[in-house]
Amino acid sequence: MIITCPYCGPRDLVEFSYQGDGNRTRPDPASTDQATWNDYVYDRINTAGDHREIWQHAGGCRVHLTVVRSTLTHEIRSVALTRDAGHRRSGGHRRAEAGDSTGPVSGSAEAQP
Amino acid sequence: MVEQLSPLGDAWKPGAHGRMLGGAGVTLVETRPGSIVQLAAWRGEEKTIIDTIRDVSGLALADGAGAGVAEASRAAFGFAPGKFLVVDQAEGLGATYRAAITTDHGAVTDLSHGRTAIRLSGQRAEWVLAKFFALDFSLAAFPVGLGVSTAHHDVFAQIQRTGADQFDLYVFRSFARAFWTSLCHASEEVGYEVR
Ligand SMILES: [Zn+2]
Repeated sequence: MIITCPYCGPRDLVEFSYQGDGNRTRPDPASTDQATWNDYVYDRINTAGDHREIWQHAGGCRVHLTVVRSTLTHEIRSVALTRDAGHRRSGGHRRAEAGDSTGPVSGSAEAQP
Repeated sequence: MVEQLSPLGDAWKPGAHGRMLGGAGVTLVETRPGSIVQLAAWRGEEKTIIDTIRDVSGLALADGAGAGVAEASRAAFGFAPGKFLVVDQAEGLGATYRAAITTDHGAVTDLSHGRTAIRLSGQRAEWVLAKFFALDFSLAAFPVGLGVSTAHHDVFAQIQRTGADQFDLYVFRSFARAFWTSLCHASEEVGYEVR
């Protein structure tokens, strides 16, 4: 698998570290809402298809990347610097309203930087 | 002035080695810069840092990924968004940049004692490097001046092309002896000279 880093260009998978599901946002650290934390820590969309995820170009420029990858074909739909791609705003994907722009993304909605 | 001690130690063996057929395919040199300095721009301050590099080192960098310039005794290149490596054979560059770049614009990290600079040159330099890194080292894809960040089995490396058949590699000092030895092994089949 090759990921095209927006800064470095196409690089082999060995240069990247997976940093987890990109469809969630850490709740307010002061929050004691167990449901919110449970959602954040354990619940996953488990997408069969385009999946937003965070990777770090650890063996390169070391930036964090928001990658939309098909979990069925490993096809990379888009790659953006995470700082430009924006943060997930909702506490968890199960809470995302239909049509809420902070909900899980499809690859086609993701824009290249 | 502190006397520099090379981390290569006994692994640095000057002379000709390997399969020398009508000359060395590559030449390996530890260039021992007096200064290796990393500059990081806060977001939106990249241009300020590029201007400072021009003013302090006299190197005019284009605004683009990996853009760099190499001269005989100094060089600079971008290696990550908003981050630059500046190298000079003279000592003291870290202090100069710390004075020139305030915390409003970015951060200065003096890596002079933390990195080892290795110059690989010669007709087979691209060939030897291609054994280590999954990158296109052809002149068209990797022009003179360009810098990249990459890794070889977790040995992080920054590479700048400083000539048509010349590359300068910056590796962590603690990995330098092992990496240098690997470079020597990879160069045996083309013949190599250590200077
Ligand atoms: Zn990168």
